[in-house]
Amino acid sequence: MTWGLLLQAVISGLLLGGVYGLVASGLTLIFGVLRIINFAHGAIMMLAMYASYWLHALGGVDPYLSILLTAPLFFVLGVGVQRVVIEPNRRAAEHNQLLLTLGLALFLENLALVLWQGDFRTVRSAISGTSFMLGDALVEGARLVACAGAVVVCVGLFAWLRLTDAGKALRALAEEPEGAALMGIDVTRIRGVAFGMGAACVAVAGALVTPFFYVAPDVGESFNIMAFVVVVLGGMGNFLGALLGGFVIGLAESLGATLLPGSLKYLVVFLLFVLVLLLRPEGIFGGARGR
Amino acid sequence: MAARAVGLVALAALVALPPLLPKYFLEVLISVLFYAYLGESWNVLGGYAGQFSFGHAAFFGIGAYTSTLLFLRLAVSPWIGMVAGGLLAAGFGLFAGSLSFRYGLRGPYFSLVTLAFAEMLRVVAVNTKAVGSSLGLSIAPRSAPALFLFDGKLPYYYVILAMALGAVLLTRAIERSKLGYALHAVRENEDAAEAAGVDTLAMKLRAMAISSFLTALGGTFYAQYYGYIDPSLTFGPAVSIQGLLQAIVGGAGTVLGPFVGSFVLTPISELSRAALRGRAGADVMLYGLILVLVISFLPHGLVGWFRRR
Amino acid sequence: MSDLLRVRGLTKRFGGLVAVNRLDLDVGAGEIVGLIGPNGAGKTTAFHVISGFHVPSAGEIVFKGASVVGQKPHAICRRGLARTFQIVQPFAGLTALENVMIGAFNRTGDVAEGRAHAREVLDFVGLGSHRDAPARTLTLADRKRLEMARALATQPELLLLDEVMSGLNPTEIDQIVGLLRTIHARGVAILLIEHVMRAVMALSHRLVVLHHGEKIAQGPPGEVARDRRVIDAYLGESA
Repeated sequence: MTWGLLLQAVISGLLLGGVYGLVASGLTLIFGVLRIINFAHGAIMMLAMYASYWLHALGGVDPYLSILLTAPLFFVLGVGVQRVVIEPNRRAAEHNQLLLTLGLALFLENLALVLWQGDFRTVRSAISGTSFMLGDALVEGARLVACAGAVVVCVGLFAWLRLTDAGKALRALAEEPEGAALMGIDVTRIRGVAFGMGAACVAVAGALVTPFFYVAPDVGESFNIMAFVVVVLGGMGNFLGALLGGFVIGLAESLGATLLPGSLKYLVVFLLFVLVLLLRPEGIFGGARGR
Repeated sequence: MAARAVGLVALAALVALPPLLPKYFLEVLISVLFYAYLGESWNVLGGYAGQFSFGHAAFFGIGAYTSTLLFLRLAVSPWIGMVAGGLLAAGFGLFAGSLSFRYGLRGPYFSLVTLAFAEMLRVVAVNTKAVGSSLGLSIAPRSAPALFLFDGKLPYYYVILAMALGAVLLTRAIERSKLGYALHAVRENEDAAEAAGVDTLAMKLRAMAISSFLTALGGTFYAQYYGYIDPSLTFGPAVSIQGLLQAIVGGAGTVLGPFVGSFVLTPISELSRAALRGRAGADVMLYGLILVLVISFLPHGLVGWFRRR
Repeated sequence: MSDLLRVRGLTKRFGGLVAVNRLDLDVGAGEIVGLIGPNGAGKTTAFHVISGFHVPSAGEIVFKGASVVGQKPHAICRRGLARTFQIVQPFAGLTALENVMIGAFNRTGDVAEGRAHAREVLDFVGLGSHRDAPARTLTLADRKRLEMARALATQPELLLLDEVMSGLNPTEIDQIVGLLRTIHARGVAILLIEHVMRAVMALSHRLVVLHHGEKIAQGPPGEVARDRRVIDAYLGESA
């Protein structure tokens, strides 16, 4: 084990961690407002990655540019899914709501498998393949852009929540559901907006990772699991916690991969997950309680 | 009385007809019973105690790997390995359960933690050479009933039929026992159950032990029937989902729910596979759709809907 | 009088908030004690702590001569201390009879025996005709009776009743008062939280008044009713 390898692991972990942070922000936003754990979050991200892929493959659109199309498209899609699938079951038992999103995830993931088979597909962007050295560590341009982009979007989301009327309404609903309804906020609409924003988050995240990641029907699964871990770690419904948690999990995964053989890195991630669930259901960064 | 008559006729058909069936239908029927069995096993914890495990693959995998490793490495008959696997799985279930329940994980949090436990075991299995890592383990086919290996499908059919019926009878006995009432109370309202003197932790652990034991036996059956296991086939999330799906669609917390669920779902899956030949995923896609529809329109499953009409 | 329940210095804090502060409380065998006080006085919290749902921050709770601090609610119930909830919590999907059977199983492992005992208790509280009705279909008054029946079926020596009369009409209240007298006559001690003054005055041998988590008065109902601090506490609430 050399310092160079360790530095490389830290950098790779932090760079991917930013993306985890964005995916988790979307998940935590949905949880905060709708009080559901969205199992379909990763599947929606996978669909967005295919959208970016096809825009590139058929239209020659650079994946970064595709965000301009996929983010609004997936916002609308998210609003639609929330309205048609989630909203009618808002009063269902908690575990049934979880199963609902699980069913959605199974459907979307296997729809992609039926439509596009299990082949790994890749997308090249103008900056795929560019890189530079930082000390002994290699920094890939695409990964750096993905992390920076994710952080920018997270900050933007944070600002949107603080500064805009829609964002404020959304926060009010997350913190005081009854109060929000009394204040004349259209809660049904806001729940849709929250789910739409969550979907838009993963659409952006998906586009950001396609230049250096593969696209396949099950690609969302690992992001989904990571986002669960991050959200639990950061505190359900806590945005800053989601971003910070993203970096922590990115680091843990990357260090685990460097220090442990094979795919045992996931053991580290899951162990962390179980420990956080057991010991601190409110997350290590505090914030809104999950129950 | 009518229900009893229908049940007896169905049972007679299940016992008498299979030798007359073509091989393909026999295989489908084995699948139906196998998934019904997994559903019944999940149902004890998920349906009756109301603890929605997303990680029953952990127990299934422990069962499959225990009996197979004992057989391949130490020549222990899988009939014995099956029980050993069941006990080991129950032990793991009690461990995972007491951790989760003691720390007060309820609802979706319990689901997530069980999912994580199963995934941890899968990762360990993938990375352990001694258990075949991701290549898995094979059991060569031969005819040796004492070693849970048979010539042809029919004996396997009767084994899984016996297991499935056993699970149904056990579930029925639980439902009518003090444990069954206590589990129902736990599922409805844990605080009220405690106030009425129900040791909710002990009841949940009891359900966990039974459910994980039964699920592990299913793992051994799978290993013997297919002759091949690997980490994702046994510890993968798909196994956990299969079990709960039968119960949810058929009616969680009812004796026959998982049976009904499997008799509906498994043929659908077979048909869709046949209809969309070569298109992997069609069956699971349909399952996803069915799950969404059932939760939306029949939240108590088919049996629950039938009863409430 | 021998003490069935002996509470000394009981304190429960939630973060910075002191819900119950150094409460001393006794209930003797066969006694009926009323626990009263304005809303938010800490009565229900005291119940939660005594019945094992909350761990006390300080103080001791001795039931039948042994401490029950740190014991789970079900264990305390087995020892003979049963309770009801302010907001009734029946097992909605079970029938009235099955609800009561859950309680009866504390004293028997036999299903038939439990069912027989549950029937007796249901008849006793006047719910015999609703035996097979799902609990969710019962009226509020009946659900309150059901909750008492479930607690009674555990064969307690002390019954903690949390506002079993709130939301009921005067006739229903009179029926519950009658029922409580019969329960008492069977040798069960009762500690009740109640806002229906007429009923609590008529029933209780002794009153304990809580205000802001502290005991401000205790004694026979007539005496307590004339206590200046008690009157102020109640007037303060309505002002």
